[in-house]
Amino acid sequence: MDIHEYQAKNILAGYGVKIAEGGLAYSPEQATQRARDIGGNVWAVKAQIHSGARGKAGAIKICKTPDEVFTAADELLGKCIVTHQTGPQGKVCSRLYIEAGTDIVQELYLSFLIDREHERIVMIGSSEGGMDIEEMAERNPEAIIKIYIEPAIGLQDFQARAMAFSLGLPAGMLSQAVKLIEGCYRALRDTDASMLEVNPLVINGHDELIALDAKMDFDDNALFRRQNISELRDKSQEDEREMAAADRGLSYVGLDGDIGCMINGAGLAMATMDMIKLAGGEPANFLDVGGGASPERTEKAFRLVLADDNVKVMLVNIFAGINRCDWIAEGVVQAVKKIDLHMPLIVRLAGTHVEEGREIIAKSGLPIIMAETLADAAEKAVAARNEIVAMAQGE
Amino acid sequence: MAILINERTPIVVQGFTGKIGTFHAQDMINYGSNVVGGITPGKGGAQHLGRPVFNTVKETVEQLGAEASIVFVPPAFAADSIMEAAEAGIKYCVAITDGIPTQDMMRVKNYLKHFPEDERMVLTGPNCAGTISPGQSMLGIMPGHIYIPGDVGVVGRSGTLGYEAADQMKALGIGISTSVGIGGDPINGSSHRKILEKFEQDPETKVVLMIGEIGGPQEIEAGIFAKEQMTKPVVAYIAGLTAPKGRRMGHAGAIISSTGESASEKVEQLLDMGVTIAPTPSAMGETVAKVMASL
Repeated sequence: MDIHEYQAKNILAGYGVKIAEGGLAYSPEQATQRARDIGGNVWAVKAQIHSGARGKAGAIKICKTPDEVFTAADELLGKCIVTHQTGPQGKVCSRLYIEAGTDIVQELYLSFLIDREHERIVMIGSSEGGMDIEEMAERNPEAIIKIYIEPAIGLQDFQARAMAFSLGLPAGMLSQAVKLIEGCYRALRDTDASMLEVNPLVINGHDELIALDAKMDFDDNALFRRQNISELRDKSQEDEREMAAADRGLSYVGLDGDIGCMINGAGLAMATMDMIKLAGGEPANFLDVGGGASPERTEKAFRLVLADDNVKVMLVNIFAGINRCDWIAEGVVQAVKKIDLHMPLIVRLAGTHVEEGREIIAKSGLPIIMAETLADAAEKAVAARNEIVAMAQGE
Repeated sequence: MAILINERTPIVVQGFTGKIGTFHAQDMINYGSNVVGGITPGKGGAQHLGRPVFNTVKETVEQLGAEASIVFVPPAFAADSIMEAAEAGIKYCVAITDGIPTQDMMRVKNYLKHFPEDERMVLTGPNCAGTISPGQSMLGIMPGHIYIPGDVGVVGRSGTLGYEAADQMKALGIGISTSVGIGGDPINGSSHRKILEKFEQDPETKVVLMIGEIGGPQEIEAGIFAKEQMTKPVVAYIAGLTAPKGRRMGHAGAIISSTGESASEKVEQLLDMGVTIAPTPSAMGETVAKVMASL
């Protein structure tokens, strides 16, 4: 789960990390009021969307007068902002964070994330802040410092010092650097965050280290024990269908193609999508209906896939293990009747009681196209899709 | 022979008396697995499915000679159960539970490292379908009947995709020595490489099929091992060709977060390492058959 910059900064401030003074605004009027409250003569108006790379997308505006703050806020609120991380559909900005301007002397980079190879939290730093870490890794891999943290004992002072020195910080800033680095680590550990990035971490004109931007991502599996984090969820930033799926215990990812998919198991779902692609089609979605594909669940899954207007044909691929094919077939037949499906449906069943399952579908009288194998299913789905497209073009 | 489990391996079930534990324990018993008892803290002394229930894993090791365990404990308590098994002297543990927090798994892995390597419990999963040595023992939740005994070792992240592979192989008359699910989580008990090491040592296994997916470094790590230290051929399929970057595809670990983690990049690297790639997911069986025919 992602949160906004201002929420991440709030968490970090609670761990002694210095941030610039700021406030939240939902309207241009509020934005100017926040600017006046903060005082000074330069402010940053920052769109709060779940994405990095906001600067390049024009979603962060530096303003010199309250009038400029008003204009910037007016422009950003309600706008759909496209960054290279949001995808082409972008994300709508409905909150702004108004922050006191910071006189930046130097920009640094600091992040913490779970390293899958070492199975530990890794702290990553660079004296070249402000840009994308992947870009940085490509341009100058030596400039990136990595320090691995032992899970049982946590981040030690010497490690924080090593990071501070590697970042090139002068001795006079050492103690505040250690405090900030350890604060960030504790914030990540205590909230079950899977990622925390401060980019840039800046040194201002008063030799202070300030988290100028902050991004946190949380382990969904741990939200059950992090009530205070779950409450930070901003559903407006999430894909509506993915959210609806998650609420029903289904795992869904919307894609750009037109062959709707319903499959049990994440691996088989990915493999089926691969097969569609190899057969010359494009999947409209990833959808794992999980192990217990009951009739109710099947119906919900169908409705979810069909909510995507691009979907032209439906492909169901179920490998029944503990569940039996006859039971799943029953569910598919019921769902199709109830939904009154008007598009080609390709069903491939395999596993336990497969013959009985196929018989139920054959006897249902529904125009379901049965497939024997994974390849057969994908080919039939692509053929059905191409036929529809050809017919539409012929008209 | 087989790896990890055989028909004699004494098995206990952690979370024995719960609904899911009960269902799958019965299924394992029906398959012929040597399930000797189970653990549910607070229900020690009772009988369940005709077998004794204990309060602690330690008691099952001491009194029943338990060697393998399977964990059906809910996510919030699963890490604790895994560590209890390790401490009690269980040799092999399968964690079925889906949804264990990543930091908990980090602690588990760290805890296991405190044991000397030759005494360390082998853990596979979490978030997996388990392990089966066909015709001998099933320590998992898979449909046992789709597997036939043979000489191909299978290791994979996904449950149903593993079933798909077993089904394709069965249709071609190819059997399996052991099939191991390592699970779809970012931090898991055993990597692909760890399981390849075991298959390389197993005289019965002649070919290994590795079913990987997007995200993480484990398929490449395994490829390096296959190239440098294995005498047996490895066939691989990597799922997720169509997966966009930065999106989680069902499994917590199936996400392309950095360079080298996409399916096409993994396939390219594995080819360089001499691994035979199944070009499509429906060609897993026939690719294994071709490699076997060339032996």
